[in-house]
Order: sequence, then structure tokens, then C-alpha cells
Amino acid sequence: MIGELGHYALVLALGLALVQSCVPILGARRNDPVLMAVASPIAVAQFAFVAIAFAALIECYVRSDFSLVNVFENSHSAKPLIYKITGVWGNHEGSMLLWVFILSLFGALVGAFGRNLPARLKASVLAVQSWIAAAFYVFILITSNPFLRIADAPLEGRDLNPILQDPGLAIHPPLLYSGYVGLSISFSFAIAALIEGRIDAAWARWVRPWTLLAWIFLTLGIAMGSYWAYYTLGWGGWWYWDPVENASFMPWLAATALLHSALVMEKRNALKVWTILLAIIAFSLSLVGTFLVRSGVLTSVHTFANDPARGIFILAILVLFIGGALLLFAWRAPLLKQGGLFAPISREGALVLNNLLLVSACGTVLVGTLYPLALEALSGEKISVGAPFFNATFAPLFVPLLIAVPFGPLLAWKRGDLLGVAQRLTYAAAIAAVAAAVTFAMEGGGSPLVPFAIGLALFVMTGALTELAERTGLFKVPLATALARAKGLPRSTWGAALAHFGLGIALLGIIGETQWGVERIAELKPGQSITIRRYNVQFDDVTTRQGPNYRELAAHFTVRHHGEIIGVMEPAKRDFPSRQTATTQTALMTLGFSQIYLSLGEAKPDGVIALRLYYKPLVLLIWLGPIAMAMGGVLSLSDRRLRVGAPKPARSKVALAPAE
Amino acid sequence: MRWVLILLVTFALLAPAARALAVQPDEMLPDPALEARARALSKELRCMVCQNQSIDDSDAPLARDLRILVREHLRAGETDQQVLDFLIARYGEFVLLRPRFSPHTVLLWLTPLGVLVIGALGIAMSARRQRKSEGNLTASEEARLAEILQRKDS
Repeated sequence: MIGELGHYALVLALGLALVQSCVPILGARRNDPVLMAVASPIAVAQFAFVAIAFAALIECYVRSDFSLVNVFENSHSAKPLIYKITGVWGNHEGSMLLWVFILSLFGALVGAFGRNLPARLKASVLAVQSWIAAAFYVFILITSNPFLRIADAPLEGRDLNPILQDPGLAIHPPLLYSGYVGLSISFSFAIAALIEGRIDAAWARWVRPWTLLAWIFLTLGIAMGSYWAYYTLGWGGWWYWDPVENASFMPWLAATALLHSALVMEKRNALKVWTILLAIIAFSLSLVGTFLVRSGVLTSVHTFANDPARGIFILAILVLFIGGALLLFAWRAPLLKQGGLFAPISREGALVLNNLLLVSACGTVLVGTLYPLALEALSGEKISVGAPFFNATFAPLFVPLLIAVPFGPLLAWKRGDLLGVAQRLTYAAAIAAVAAAVTFAMEGGGSPLVPFAIGLALFVMTGALTELAERTGLFKVPLATALARAKGLPRSTWGAALAHFGLGIALLGIIGETQWGVERIAELKPGQSITIRRYNVQFDDVTTRQGPNYRELAAHFTVRHHGEIIGVMEPAKRDFPSRQTATTQTALMTLGFSQIYLSLGEAKPDGVIALRLYYKPLVLLIWLGPIAMAMGGVLSLSDRRLRVGAPKPARSKVALAPAE
Repeated sequence: MRWVLILLVTFALLAPAARALAVQPDEMLPDPALEARARALSKELRCMVCQNQSIDDSDAPLARDLRILVREHLRAGETDQQVLDFLIARYGEFVLLRPRFSPHTVLLWLTPLGVLVIGALGIAMSARRQRKSEGNLTASEEARLAEILQRKDS
């Protein structure tokens, strides 16, 4: 009954989406306020019905209603409650439902809170938003319906893939999807502007907070996914250049570029056409990401859906929206007026450079991800494009970008003084040079790249601080005056500085982990120990335990530093009888920003256990960096300036709700 | 189609069950310098039954065989390039995670530079066009002006 209710609600949502797809846009063409006003309430109602469908599916999972195929295939009555709930989106059908749930939520937010949007723009935006929604409702109902029944309901379900039975599943997909789908708002605004044939600074003021919100979710979602892979997969890696990771990284790169170009458009009324194109590209890459992950075109570590019918359907959606948007762009973009001249050396120039490098990086990831597929389809030749390729091509593009980051915010709009900015960055450069020299001395030779990278990370960090010091007059005026000025600085300035600072933090972590990490692979008998860096790890014994839906073999280790016990570590292996699969639970010990990482291999009958032990210096910075970047985004989002004619920050809290 | 499904399900069930350590203690070479070279090489080589995993990361049996093979060849005194050449001869280009520069990977390798150069040219051209049109009316403004003038005439 509940299943049918959910199914019915989803069909109703499709009906509403179809109405919302045509009526408001007709109203906008005819300038009919009544028709245009239809959009907002329908957007809210549409969200309500999707929410009912989503809640119904969750209820079926909580009740372990195995008469639904989807619940039977992905749940088990003995599973802890949290994994019954998160299991809803741990499979293809459920995750698509989460996708449209967030999509309709964002649409409803524009509808409910966009009161100060021009009526015609709002009607067009909501209509475009509904085109996307309608396409995905049809996709779900035809190819991926989670509410299908089984005639004879089985007594027990097949359980969720044990690798996914982790708190990470509760957070990672909702965050990532909020990011993907959040970019649909920028896309709808871009399409609406093209249909209207006009665009102004108010448009940019509206698009920027939405892009920022999506970007914050994407940043956190990617960082969270990386940490999840790090502690789950058991070999200590945190980024694999896996196609599925690339699928989330490409929209992030495009959204980062979009944030910066929208800034130029808002402040200087320039780069309009480019910003529109970038908004289209960013969401197109989200769709490409959805296609890559959901179609099963690449079977990778993450992929858990495999059905060509779905793939072709998503491909059709992809071609329709991306192709349609680009055609519309080619047709209408010449109508948009360019404005705001600037010299090459200026804040605008720096932001153009930022966009050029980010888009090149994005293009590299895109081609690298799709090239093997295309080559095989065209010539039958099989090649692999993996981490070594991406590391070799990505770094040369990112290094100039990182060098440019401290310069950008210090340059004046319209015409900047590069020499003056370089002078103001003297202290930052000096600190970076000292850090590089110290690193070089400590390394005792070796590759000069490591000291350079450390210097670069510190240059990015101190460069961000330099901007704040410059704007407050710190060290030049009395401290009280500087503090008063600091209070008066717009929050977006603080946000940008914090985000750039976070970039440096992440870089520092990446260098620490990749260059100074230590690995030990060993077999130990109970009582034996192994030393890594200055830490002694002793294997005590093993115990077996019974979990709610698994059996666990846990090994105890005592960690000593200079003879003193500083803690215990307990890595484990879990056996899930329902799926006859096993997972490894790694043990992590955090020491400052560094971690000791321990994962178990085979346990032999004579008590000997194989293990992989790592010391990972500064590894936590890899994720603290993105968290700082996201915090910078939140600060910027709370800026008063953005609240004028833009969504209030309270709305970002509303949008956060489903992620919990 | 049915056997494909069965195969997939079997793989899905078996793959995580075989999860153990990638590099096993008994595979490692006693000479640390040689072992380091073996590890570096392993990171460049694809585990061909896995998706996007190097043989260094993978716990599949085939990856283990390849790791041992790499170490045997290194122990016989071959250079890194000789080991790679041997593996390519045996398994094809597919085994390399960083494809070699050749006619069919030209596009792949030139993409970063290509996008950068084309983007830079585009920016330069649009900046020049804009500076030229400074003070001039756009085509649509021109049309609108003509329209207004015409209306006045009539």
C-alpha cells in the first residue's frame, strides 16, 4: 500500500512537472502574469509529491517490505536501522529518486523564496528546471522504478553490499547529488537568460549564490568520498583518478571556474557570454557524470548499476539537454551585449587566467576519462588511461594556477599593477622561499620538486593572509584600527581568503602524504612488533565477535612512542553471511595532522597475521583543506551584499537538511 | 544475455571476498632498491581484470602473478624499460596506465596543451574584437537606430 502511494505520488509529480514545463513559459512569452504565477506553487507541490514518494520508499526499507523488488535486492531485516535508511540510495533506483528529490527541492526553493526575482525570469527558470525534472521522472518510471512489486514476497532480503554499509553512505551521495543538482539552477538561469535574450548584473547576483551553494556541496561531497575511499578500501589511497571520481571532479572544476567568472560579471558586467556558456558546461558535466556512473558504461569500483536500456535513456537525456542548450547558445548568445573593458593585467585578467587553466584541467580530465571508451568504440583498440597519465598532465596545469592565486585578489579591477602586487607579496614569497629551503635541507637533496611544492603551498596560504593584511592595513596602522577594518571587511573577502588558504592546506597535505609517507608490509606472530617512523606497533592477539549482521575478526595492536603506550589499534575483517562477502575495517590513529593506518591481510591458522601499516604525515590536511574551502564558501554566501536580491542564507540551511 | 548476468553476479560476489592485501609479504624482494623499482613499476601497470586499478593496488590473483613476474625480470637484471617492453609485447598497450605517445594517443596527450592554446587564442581574439568595437554600436543597436530614424521620417 505504501509502495503504491509512493508510486502514485511520483506519477503525480511527473504530471505537475509537465504543467510547469509549459504554462509559465507560455505566460512569459505572452506577458501574462496569471500564467507565470502558476510556476511557484506547482514547484512547491511537485517537491511535496516527490518527498512523499521518497518517504514512502524509506518507510518500505525501514519496515523491510520485501514485496518490493528494490527492497528485496538491497536490504536485510537484520541490518542496523541507519543502513536500512541509507540503503535507500545505495542502489540505482533509490539513488535516482534521491536525485529528483533534491532537484525538486531546489526548484521549490526558487519558487518559494524567489520573490524579488523578475517575474518573467522566474517563470522561465522554473519551467526549464521542470524540463529536467520531467525527463528524470520519466526515466525513473520507465526504466528504474523502485516501487515494483514481486508476486510472492520473499521472507528475507539479499542485503546491501557490505562495502556500502558505512556511515559514509549516509553523507557522501546526498552531498554530491546536492552539488550536481544545485548546478541545474545555474543551468536553468542560463537557459532562461538565453530565451529572454537579456542578461544583467542582477542575473549574476542571483546565479552566484546558487553556484556557490552547489560548489560547497560538491567540495564537501568529493572530500567526504575521498576520505571514505581512504579508510574503506584498505590500501591507503585517497584519490584514484577513477572515472567515477573524475565524473564528480569535472563539475567541480567547471563550477569553480563559474564562481570566478560570475564574479567578473557581477562586479564589472563583463564575460557575460562566457559565464552563460560555463553555466551550461558545468551542469552538462553533472549530467555526463550521472551518465557515466548510472549507465554502467564503465564498470568501476563504484559502479553498482548495469543495464544498457538505462544507459541509452540517460544518453538521450544527455544529448537532448546538452545539445539543445548549446544550440540555443549558438543562436541566442550573439544577442547578449558584451561590456566592461579591461586590461590584460587586472583582476578581470587574473580571473580569465583562472578560467583558462581550470577549463584546460577540466578538458584534460574529460578527454582522459572518455578517450579509452571512444578509442575502443572507433578502432577496437584498448588502452588504459590511469593515475600516472592524470598526474603527469594535471600538475603542469595546476602549478601556474596556484602561483597566480595570491596575485588575483590583490590586483585592481580594470587595470592592475603587477609589479606593485609582487612587492606586496614579498613577505609571502620570502616565507615560501624559507620553507622551501628548510625542506631542501631536511630532505638532504633528492628531487627539487618537493621543496618547490612545499614553497608553493605556503605561498598560496600566506598569499591569502597577505590580502587580509593589506585590506586591514595590519602592521601599518595601529592594531585597533586594523581590527575595526577587519570587522568592516565584507564577508565575501574573508570567504575568498579562507577558501584560497584551504587550497594551500590541501596541497600541503597532498605533498606530505605522497612524499613522506612510509609503508610497511609484514607478517606478525602474536607478541611481535614492527616499527614505523618513531612508533612501535605490537600485535597482541585476535578476537572474534558477533555484530548485528556480520561476524568480525578483530586484531589488537598496542602502539608505543619511545616506550610509552600511546594507544591501541583494532583493525578487523568482517564476514557478512547474507552476501557471503567480507570487508576490511582499517584502524586509524590520529597524531596531530598525521595518521597511522593499519589494515589486515590474511590471518593464518597458526596465529600469524599479514598486515599493511602506513605512517601518513599531514594526511588529514588533504580533507581539512576542502573543509576550509567550503567554510569560505559558506562565509561568502552569508555576505549581506549577496542577500540583496538573492536567496537568504537561511535557505542554505534548508538545503542542508536532506544531507543529514 | 543470461550468462552475462550470472557472470556479473558471480564476480560481484567473489571480488570482495578475495579482498586481502595487494602486495603480499612473501612477494617482496630482499633488495630494497630493487623492491622500490618494482613498486614504482607496479604503479604504472594495470591489473587487467580490474577496473582502473594498478597491480600495486589490486588483490586479484592476476595482479599478484604480474607483480611476481615484474620482480623476476628485475632480478634478472633487466632495465625498467625492458620489463615494460616485455609486458606490452605480452599483453598489449592496455597494460600501461600511462599510454605511450603514438598516432592513436596524439589527441589524448595534446588535449591539455591544445585546450590551453585554443583558449588563449580565443581570449586574445575576443579582447581585440572588443577593443575595436569600443565606442561603435553593435549590430542590434544599429538596427534599432535605423528603426527609430525611419519612424521619425514617416
